[in-house]
Amino acid sequence: MTELRSSLGRARGYGESKEGGLGHWKAERLTAIALVPLTLWFVGSAVFMVGADLPTFKAWVGGYGNPVLLILLTVALYHHAQLGLSVIIEDYVHNVAANLIALIMVKLGAVFCAVYTIFCIIRLTFGG
Amino acid sequence: MAPGNRPLSPHLQVYRPQITSILSIIHRLMGVALVGGALLFTFWISAATYGPEVFGFAQWILGSWFGRLVLFGMTFALYYHLANGLRHMAWDLGYGFDMPTLKITGAIVVVFSGGMTILTFAAAYAVRGMH
Repeated sequence: MTELRSSLGRARGYGESKEGGLGHWKAERLTAIALVPLTLWFVGSAVFMVGADLPTFKAWVGGYGNPVLLILLTVALYHHAQLGLSVIIEDYVHNVAANLIALIMVKLGAVFCAVYTIFCIIRLTFGG
Repeated sequence: MAPGNRPLSPHLQVYRPQITSILSIIHRLMGVALVGGALLFTFWISAATYGPEVFGFAQWILGSWFGRLVLFGMTFALYYHLANGLRHMAWDLGYGFDMPTLKITGAIVVVFSGGMTILTFAAAYAVRGMH
């Protein structure tokens, strides 16, 4: 990719995205493409869990292919959410310190939620 | 220009509301709402790891009138953000920028998300009736 920004602009950190704007944009699209089939599958599948009891729910989570799809959904969902929230924070939180703190909290929070959800999916699949 | 005074985007208050901008703002709002949806997903999955009582409570919450209202909103938010996201991808590829196309695709997004939300809830109520 051709570098369109001037060296001076880069050195001074101009532009809201600073470094890595293109990578952010690409990751947002890539996760979006993944989320189209994953969320449609999830809604179409989870609708059968309305009012289900725990054994039925566990059987669904651990069902053939479902843990893999649920984990992929979790990763794409929280990565995409984190990317989107970061753009909004960059747009509207103008105080430098508050901006940095908000961005760090969103990113760490997304990682925590994703890892915790994956742990729960694995436990429901293999746990007694 | 000093780094602190460089222009930032977007300045919502200086624009006259138009169908294109309103649909765009809703896209962001629905995206933010769906973060709540993601947390709800984690709440639902994790509740099942704490045994039948906790999972039963989670199912009761989600099935209550308030839970159903939230899920209805989440379902609409998902279909809207998904459909309008596809519209964004078409723009990324360079298609659909003229006003007539923008209005048609915008209307399709609204009708699709409304219709699919009702369809999904009809399916959910049918499943509920089976238990």
